[in-house]
Amino acid sequence: MRKYSVFAIAREAIRAHKGWDAQWTSPEPRSSYDVIIIGAGGHGLGAAYYLAKEHGITNIAVIERGWLGGGNTGRNTTIIRSNYLYEESMDIYEHSLKLWEGLSQELNYNVMYSPRGVMMLSHNTHDQQSFKRHINANRLYGIDNEWLTPEQAKAFVPVLDISKTARYAINGAALQRRGGTARHDAVAWGYARAASDRGVHIIQNCEVTGIRRGPGGEVQGVETSKGFIGAKKIGVSAAGHSSVVMEMAGVRVPLASNPLQALVSEPLKPIFPCVVMSNTVHAYISQSDKGELVIGAGTDQYNSYSQTGGLQIITHTLDAICELFPIFRRVKMMRQWGGITDNTPDRSPIQGVTPVPGLYVNCGWGTGGFKATPGSANLFAHLIATGAPHRLAAGLNLDRFRTGRLIDEAAAAAVAH
Amino acid sequence: MSASENSGGFRIKGAGRHTPARTARFTFDGKSYTALEGDTVASALLAHGVHLVGRSFKYHRPRGILTSGPEEPNALLDVSRDAARRQPNVRATVQEVFDGAKIASQNRWPSLTFDVGGFNDVLSPFFAAGFYYKTFMWPREAWHRLYEPIIRRAAGLGEAPKEVDPDHYASRFAHCDVLIAGAGVAGLTAALSAASTGANVFLVDEQPEVGGALHYDAATTIDGQNGYDWAQSAAARLKAMPNVTLLTRTTVFGYYNHGFIGLAERVTDHMARPGRDLPRERLWQVRTKKVVIATGSIERHMVFANNDRPGIMLASAARSFLNHHGVAVGRNVGVYTAHDSAYEAAFDLKRAGVSIAAIVDCRADPGAAVLEEARALGIDVLTGHSVTDTAGRLRIKSMTVVRNGGSDTRKIKVDALLMSAGWTPSVHLFSQSRGKLRFDDSNQRFLPDIYAQNCVSVGGCNGTDDIAELIEEASAAGGGSVSVTAANRFEWTGGMIGAAEGAGPDTAVKAFVDFQHDVTAKDIRLAVREGMHSIEHIKRFTTNGMASDQGKLSNMHGLAIAAEMLGRPIPQVGLTTFRAPYTPVTYGTLVAHSRDDLFDPARKTPMHALQAAAGAEFEDVGNWKRAWYFPKRGEDMHAAVNRECRTVREIGGVFDASTLGKIEVVGPDAAQFLNLLYTNAWDTLKPGKSRYGIMTREDGFIYDDGVVGRLAEDRFHVTTTTGGAPRVLHHMEDYLQTEFPHLKVWLTSTTEQWAVIAVQGPKAREIIAPLVEGLDISNEAFPHMSVSECSVMGVPARLFRMSFTGELGFEVNVPADYGPAVWTAIRDRAEALGACLYGTETMHVLRAEKGYIIVGQDTDGTVTPEDAGLSWAVSKKKTDFVGIRGLQRPDLVRGGRKQLVGLKTKDPRDVLEEGAQIVADPNQPKPMTMLGHVTSSYWSENCGRSIAMALVAGGKARMGETLYVPMADRTIAVEVSDMVFFDKEGGRING
Amino acid sequence: MLLIHCPYCEDDRSELEFRWAGEAHIARPEAISEISDEEFAEYFFLRNNEKGLTYERWRHIHGCGRFFNAARDTVSDRFLMTYKAGLPKQPVPVADKMAATAEEKTVETWEATEGDAR
Repeated sequence: MRKYSVFAIAREAIRAHKGWDAQWTSPEPRSSYDVIIIGAGGHGLGAAYYLAKEHGITNIAVIERGWLGGGNTGRNTTIIRSNYLYEESMDIYEHSLKLWEGLSQELNYNVMYSPRGVMMLSHNTHDQQSFKRHINANRLYGIDNEWLTPEQAKAFVPVLDISKTARYAINGAALQRRGGTARHDAVAWGYARAASDRGVHIIQNCEVTGIRRGPGGEVQGVETSKGFIGAKKIGVSAAGHSSVVMEMAGVRVPLASNPLQALVSEPLKPIFPCVVMSNTVHAYISQSDKGELVIGAGTDQYNSYSQTGGLQIITHTLDAICELFPIFRRVKMMRQWGGITDNTPDRSPIQGVTPVPGLYVNCGWGTGGFKATPGSANLFAHLIATGAPHRLAAGLNLDRFRTGRLIDEAAAAAVAH
Repeated sequence: MSASENSGGFRIKGAGRHTPARTARFTFDGKSYTALEGDTVASALLAHGVHLVGRSFKYHRPRGILTSGPEEPNALLDVSRDAARRQPNVRATVQEVFDGAKIASQNRWPSLTFDVGGFNDVLSPFFAAGFYYKTFMWPREAWHRLYEPIIRRAAGLGEAPKEVDPDHYASRFAHCDVLIAGAGVAGLTAALSAASTGANVFLVDEQPEVGGALHYDAATTIDGQNGYDWAQSAAARLKAMPNVTLLTRTTVFGYYNHGFIGLAERVTDHMARPGRDLPRERLWQVRTKKVVIATGSIERHMVFANNDRPGIMLASAARSFLNHHGVAVGRNVGVYTAHDSAYEAAFDLKRAGVSIAAIVDCRADPGAAVLEEARALGIDVLTGHSVTDTAGRLRIKSMTVVRNGGSDTRKIKVDALLMSAGWTPSVHLFSQSRGKLRFDDSNQRFLPDIYAQNCVSVGGCNGTDDIAELIEEASAAGGGSVSVTAANRFEWTGGMIGAAEGAGPDTAVKAFVDFQHDVTAKDIRLAVREGMHSIEHIKRFTTNGMASDQGKLSNMHGLAIAAEMLGRPIPQVGLTTFRAPYTPVTYGTLVAHSRDDLFDPARKTPMHALQAAAGAEFEDVGNWKRAWYFPKRGEDMHAAVNRECRTVREIGGVFDASTLGKIEVVGPDAAQFLNLLYTNAWDTLKPGKSRYGIMTREDGFIYDDGVVGRLAEDRFHVTTTTGGAPRVLHHMEDYLQTEFPHLKVWLTSTTEQWAVIAVQGPKAREIIAPLVEGLDISNEAFPHMSVSECSVMGVPARLFRMSFTGELGFEVNVPADYGPAVWTAIRDRAEALGACLYGTETMHVLRAEKGYIIVGQDTDGTVTPEDAGLSWAVSKKKTDFVGIRGLQRPDLVRGGRKQLVGLKTKDPRDVLEEGAQIVADPNQPKPMTMLGHVTSSYWSENCGRSIAMALVAGGKARMGETLYVPMADRTIAVEVSDMVFFDKEGGRING
Repeated sequence: MLLIHCPYCEDDRSELEFRWAGEAHIARPEAISEISDEEFAEYFFLRNNEKGLTYERWRHIHGCGRFFNAARDTVSDRFLMTYKAGLPKQPVPVADKMAATAEEKTVETWEATEGDAR
């Protein structure tokens, strides 16, 4: 792999950039691999990379129905944070955040991780109780998260409206300074390039149509639009399509696939310095390096694989954004789009073994998948390589729905009383 | 000086459709200009010879006006009416001039003609597509602290508004039979046809007047008239029909599911002095049975070296400026084309007296008719030639022309260059409707193929070029019939996509594909070279098509260049998805009325105003406003709450409990139904009695709680938490309708029917007794947890004997309208006896003193009744209730679960932070093992110390144990206790 | 925004009036307290999450208040039919099913492989 650097760019600048290599290869599939990963998003590509780098397994195919990074990796609002409540969540998201901090250097690919801060607005006593519960838990776990007064919040985000007369006035905020954003495509591309360099086959435009199982029920490989490809270990990391893929192996997972929409504004000069989220008014917003305001909308209420959603979801989100930031009413929405989120009943992911020998699953990331990319990939690689979950992901098992040991981040935020 | 000269030296006398006498003044970058009413900002500036209007995104190259429509990528300006009404990124080609407009260029410093950022253009060899992925990585911190801020400042276009928008926006919902997008020849014909059937028709066009392409196309005649005039008369006929709604200045921005269409109407942006009552813009949300898409097509530019200088524009744009606005875009104009249509621009200009330097046509064989006409007009045509370069820093000065395949170049002086690579059908709405496109190989374009909704594409957006066919198609699409005859002057042929001569793969020139984002042909080739083989990868790597025009000009060229590089046919490389909105839509428009008081209307109790008058501070609970505390002069919250807490326990207090959810459960099977929905047993509850109930979901976790009173064998008055009422009713309805439909039960929400006044404290009875009629409320006749219907001050009432304070208490329910009167009477009596009004904060403290839980604060959706110390409320006898099985799951019955307990700080003055975490060993390293957290914590004036409740792992077995609460600055030692801090014997409840 | 036919009101109404209520035809086990942990997890958590034809429940919450069932294609979001609660799973008319499948084939690839127009 040719190293990327400012010197490499300078060399290429004099010869019209004709010397760059393809960032990844597009090989025809071999008849079998040691490991097949279904889904070439950030999680799947990252898992392949870490399998190769940390576990010495390089005979890997990552199989993708469309184009790599084209699912939720390339459709999300790129927020990164680790200030979750439960230990299981803190473990994996903080592991991920630590990897984010060095990911550009690790991959020799600028993923533009930008710790610009993630601020969550508190609007009432209940929010305050909940945020302080998070802040205290985070602090004792070694994760940064701090409480700000409304004035401190305003100093951090000058365009914030902290007037007491607002419909949902702000009584404080939680800020994780190490939280921020990254460039979503670059994450997929960086992992793809680094994995490809280590011999991983990335097979795009290849749809998995079945999972073949042996006499003992164990996996033997996958049927695809490019024919059968064998493997003794299969990792499923198919985000919104996880139910569909798992069903091919006869495994039902507790998932609901819902449309999740997002939108960007026209590009503006820098106006918004960090990420701001509000659960009470249902909005989150940041500004991209290109200058677009990036806004996440809510999920549509029904199951769907359409990657589209209703206009009312968008308008409702903008209602909230303009309530928090009234100066944005004259800003214009340039593009809206949708992805498919796979949501579990407790809104925490599933990563673990399945009842099918050789089949491993990584799904249910809901709206949290992007921020978890390096950590999830890293631990998923451990799971596939060793056959057992890493300590940091042990709680994310599928069995919790039987035992009732849920990691209920949604419930922890509780509801107003 | 005549008006027309005044309005610009490039006005052509007799050309255009504006009235010379009607002028408007505006400034551009501080300089004053005169325009004609009806001018766009673009036409007004061009009339004064101003082409340079902006700088590009990345290289800050000088840019001019490229188009005459919403696809404009360059001429994005900052337009303001006043300081607060300033709009960045306005398309000069769409915005109409209004008198007094202040217009400024963007993305330049210090000035448009001298922009420091222009240095980027010199460095452009370093700034190839995606260069930023390859550098700025060392040292690690530098990206965020150094490089990113610089990149951010350089990127972005306009300055965001700094003041709150004073304008308002409106919203309308509508239903129709046929919605027609676009009012050109095709749209008007379809509308006339549809209207003739009596159908309810919406005809929508983004321009100020109907006509579409007829704005520039002066050569087409329809029904014997000039095409544009025909369009206006057709519009007049349609407007007169009661079943037609004609909306101009209105963009169909989104085609959503099930015939749902979003329209954005610009109401006042063109007016000099809009009435204050007018909304600035209006959002229309229309549900239509059918859509006719008549959105025409968009002309493409030619991709050649330095094709971006000010003065270079689309041929149809120049025609539009001339024929509609009466403005010549230059005095010596060149044309570079691959399509016959550009010839007509040259013909129109020539006839208007403008010199045509040459028509350079890269094709060897243009249409015979246009060639002949060019000859007749004496225009020099160079077929089989290409423009391979241009010169001129802030305005084009010359074009370099070469014979295709040749090497001899010659420079031709021009002050404007018109170009056309052909036309791209506007399939955006069709694609948004989720229809599938096919590639028309012969004409190198994508056309509608398989429809996913009830819509039909007609005219240019359907690839129908012949005007007679177009009219037939549009008439049929309308569902009726209409007779229109039209004739074009010329039949058009030609068109190309991809890089032109001199900008091929072996060259290193800057041939722009996407103007705003500075994406060149070589950038796209670089992306392919780097392994980006999917068009989505190419788009994202180069940012081609991601600018504010969303690829209207650039997508097809980018695709063709990529396909050539990949050696694959275009359909195999694909096309990126068209997403809403078609053109950017103002947030304010999408928000419309949902702002200020209407954003999320606050719910207020009947006694809200009385409490506000009494000086209450309010807090948000769900979408309710609840009185929080009642400070007297000089009191802060702490002092007020302490006083209220003392007064309630010593004398009495009055509290507004109206926000609690209330559900009337009625029917012969009502008790049986509640048995199934709550963990408690209800059939044993006698009429006239009430009981505290817990509701779990099937998973066994506490979902809600509240007191349920039985008024009669078949009637229960159920109360819920304030925030829980809607979901509890929904939950009950779900079970009643789908799991237990055999039960004869009716559920009615009565939350807002009853005003609820809680009277608590030793003198509670004394306070209400004189007001209660027809009921003996003595301890003996009406003991704790009694309920009865009675009358209070002559008003029918439901009286509960209950307590959330541990004191003798009553809750008076009266019909909401009587709430204020009864409240006033009770308050007066209370205050006369020395009692007080109290708010939610005091309510919280008093209930915590007694260890009463609040669902949602002391529980969080992972807490079982057992965890909360409420296992007494779970019936052991019932064989079924919702949650019975969930409660038995392994993790819910294991030892060591978090249980609700009391906490006492070792120093009684320490008040714990709600949400603070609890550990056994405060000196352990991080990450620490946490045992639980503080759910409620208050200073208790009545106990003379702080009190707290907490969920603690294995809490009930830890009574008396010392645990620690590590805070940022210190560690607080606490003792685990039971949860009753006050009146442990519970005698006070009986007064 | 979806347009939904309420089988009780017998009218097409906007999605704003409705609340989605999960997969249809999942009956609460008769003797729920006797089922195993696995059976409980299956009943309470596991859903088909079909890509394509799905049976689901809606409630006309801001209308008649009734729960009802619907057959919908989760790829195109097209409703094939709605019917009253309590009725058994209704077969989707063959023509609609074919239309749904045809639509699925055409529309689904449209976005899934954004790169592949025909």
